[in-house]
Amino acid sequence: MLVTFWVIATFTFFLMQTLPGSPFNDERLSESQKERLYERYGMDEPVPLQYITYMKNIFKGDFGVSFQYDGRSVSNIIGERIGASAVLGTQSLIVGTILGIILGIIAALRHNTSIDYGAMVISVIGISVPNFVFAGLLQYWVGVRLQWLPVAFWEGFEYSILPTISLSVFVIATIARFMRTEMLDVLGQDYIVTARAKGLNGFSIIIKHSLRNAAIPIVTILGPMTVSLLTGTLVIEKIFSVPGLGEQFVKSIMTNDFPVIMGVTLFYSILFIGIVLIVDILYGIIDPRIRLSGGVK
Amino acid sequence: MIIKNKELTDEMFLPAKSRNSTEQISRPANTYWQDVWRRFRKNKAAFTGLILITLILLLAIFGPYANHYGYDEQNLSRANLPPKIPILERFPWIGFNGVDINGVDKYEESKVTGYYWFGTDNLGRDLWTRIWKGTRISLYIAFLAATIDLIIGVAYGGISAYYGGRIDNMMQRIIEVLVGIPHLIVVILLILVLQPGIISITLAMVITGWVGMARIVRGQVLKLKEHEYILASKTLGAKNTRMIWKHLIPNSMGPIIITTMFTIPTAIFTEAFLSFIGLGLQPPIASLGTLINDGYKLLRIYPHMLAFSAIIISLIMISFNLVGDGLRDALDPKMRK
Repeated sequence: MLVTFWVIATFTFFLMQTLPGSPFNDERLSESQKERLYERYGMDEPVPLQYITYMKNIFKGDFGVSFQYDGRSVSNIIGERIGASAVLGTQSLIVGTILGIILGIIAALRHNTSIDYGAMVISVIGISVPNFVFAGLLQYWVGVRLQWLPVAFWEGFEYSILPTISLSVFVIATIARFMRTEMLDVLGQDYIVTARAKGLNGFSIIIKHSLRNAAIPIVTILGPMTVSLLTGTLVIEKIFSVPGLGEQFVKSIMTNDFPVIMGVTLFYSILFIGIVLIVDILYGIIDPRIRLSGGVK
Repeated sequence: MIIKNKELTDEMFLPAKSRNSTEQISRPANTYWQDVWRRFRKNKAAFTGLILITLILLLAIFGPYANHYGYDEQNLSRANLPPKIPILERFPWIGFNGVDINGVDKYEESKVTGYYWFGTDNLGRDLWTRIWKGTRISLYIAFLAATIDLIIGVAYGGISAYYGGRIDNMMQRIIEVLVGIPHLIVVILLILVLQPGIISITLAMVITGWVGMARIVRGQVLKLKEHEYILASKTLGAKNTRMIWKHLIPNSMGPIIITTMFTIPTAIFTEAFLSFIGLGLQPPIASLGTLINDGYKLLRIYPHMLAFSAIIISLIMISFNLVGDGLRDALDPKMRK
C-alpha cells in the first residue's frame, strides 16, 4: 500500500522533472526574473534535494503552489474543486447502483424471456458506448433540442441531472450484468427452495434471501467502478462545464501547471488506494466466510 | 438361410459384421476449435458483432479510397456541409439530403456540386475520408496495444507461474504495486512526457495494460501445471521451452484470446478519451477520438460532425464486447450462465 503510493509519488516527480517546456517560458521575462521565479518555486535546487522536500511536503499534505493561479496552494485548489465532483460521483454511484440492481433482478427473475434479453441488450450498450458519446447525445437532444434541462454549468440540482445520467449509465450496465449472474446463481440454491417451501411470498424471498446474498460480490466491483467514475468525471465535467476536480485537471494539463497535475494525480491515487483497502475490509465484514478462511488478500 | 447344394463358398467364411456398428464413430471428431466455431456461430449477437467488425475493418481499409477527397484537403468554400448521398437524398427524413438542422440546403447556399457522404468539417475536409482514416488509426493503435500486451503478459505470467518459488514471489510483488496504480493517471502522465503520437499513445497504454494479461496467464498456468499430462511430459524429458510452448500456452489460449478481445475496445476507448482531454494525436492526422473532440465544438450547429464518428466508435465497442462475450461462452461452455 505505502509502497504503491511511494512508487506513484516518485514516478510522478521524475516524470514532471523530465517534462519538456517550463511554465515560465515567457519571452517577456528576463533571465534574472526567471531565476527569481525558479528560486521562489524551489526549482533551482539540485534534483535530489527537490525530491526530499517534495516527499516531506506530501506527508504534511502540502502539494506545493500552483504556477497558474498565483500563490494558491494545490491543496486549496483541490479542496475548492472537490465538492462538485464528489456530488456528481456520489449521485451517479447511488442512482447507478439502485437502477442496476433493479434491472439485474428483473432480468434474473424473467430469465430467458424477452425482458431478460432486453435488459442485457441495454447493459451491453451501456458498457460499450463511451460516456462522452452518451453525454453528447443527451446534451444535444434533451438540452439543445428539447430544452428541458440546462446543458452546462453548476448552479443547482437540475444542472447535475444530465451529467449524473451520463456518468451512471456505465454503473447501471455493469451492476445489472453482475447482479443478473449472481441472482441466477443464488436463485438455484437450496435455501431459496427451502424458503419457498416454508411458504414465504416471492417478494420477501427476493429481498431477504436472494438480494442479500447476491449483493455481496458487488462490493468487489466497487474498486474498478470508482476508477471508471473518476475517468468519467474528467470527460463529463469538461463536456458539461462542471467546476469539479476533473475539469481542473484537464485544464491544468492544457496549461502545463505541473504542481496541480502532480497534486491531483496523487490525490486520485490516494483515493483509489483507499477505496481498494476499504473494499477489502468491507468484504471481510459482509461475508464472514472469507475472514474465517483467512482469505483477505 | 438354407444352404441348398451343400456347397461351401468362400463368402460364407467372411467374418460377421459387427453388431454394434451404431456405436462406431463414423465421422472424424470435431477438433476443439471446430467446436468453438460451431458454438460461436450459434450465438446470434456475437456473430452479428463479428460481421460488423469485418465490415468496419474493410471500410477502414478501403473507405478512404472510395472518393477522391484527401483526408487533409482543406477548402473553406465547402466548409460545414451536412451529409448528402446520391440516392438517399430523395428521402429527406433520413437526413442525407444536404439540408442542415435549420432547413437550409447548404449545398445550394455555398454553390457546391458533388456529394459529401458524411458532410464536411469546419475546414471543408471530407468527413467520410477522415472518419475512415481515423478509424484505421484508432484500430491500429488498439491492435498494436493489444498485441504488445499479449506478448509481455504471456511471457511475464508464464515465466512467473512456471518457475514459481522466489521468482514468482518477486514478480508478483511488482505486479501488486502496478495494479495499485490507477491506470489512467499513468497514461496521462506518460503522454505528457512523451508528447502525443501513435507510438507514444500505444506505449503509454501498454505500460500498465499488460498486468491483467499476466495475471490471467499466471493463474491458468498454475492450474495447468498440476495436470498429469504435464507430469508425463516432464517424465519423458521434455525441456522447459517445449513444455511452455507446446503444452502450457496452447492450453491457456482460451482466456488469452478473451482477454485480448476485451483489451481492444478498452484501448480504443482510452485513445478516444486521451484525445478528448487534449492529449490526442495532432492534426491533420485524425483518430476517432480527435474527430469526436472536434465534433463537440460545433455540436449545437452542426450535429453531423459528431454523429458519424460517435456512431462508429460505439459500433466498434459494442461489436468487440459482443464478440468477446460470445467467445467466452464458446471457448468455455461450462462458464455459461
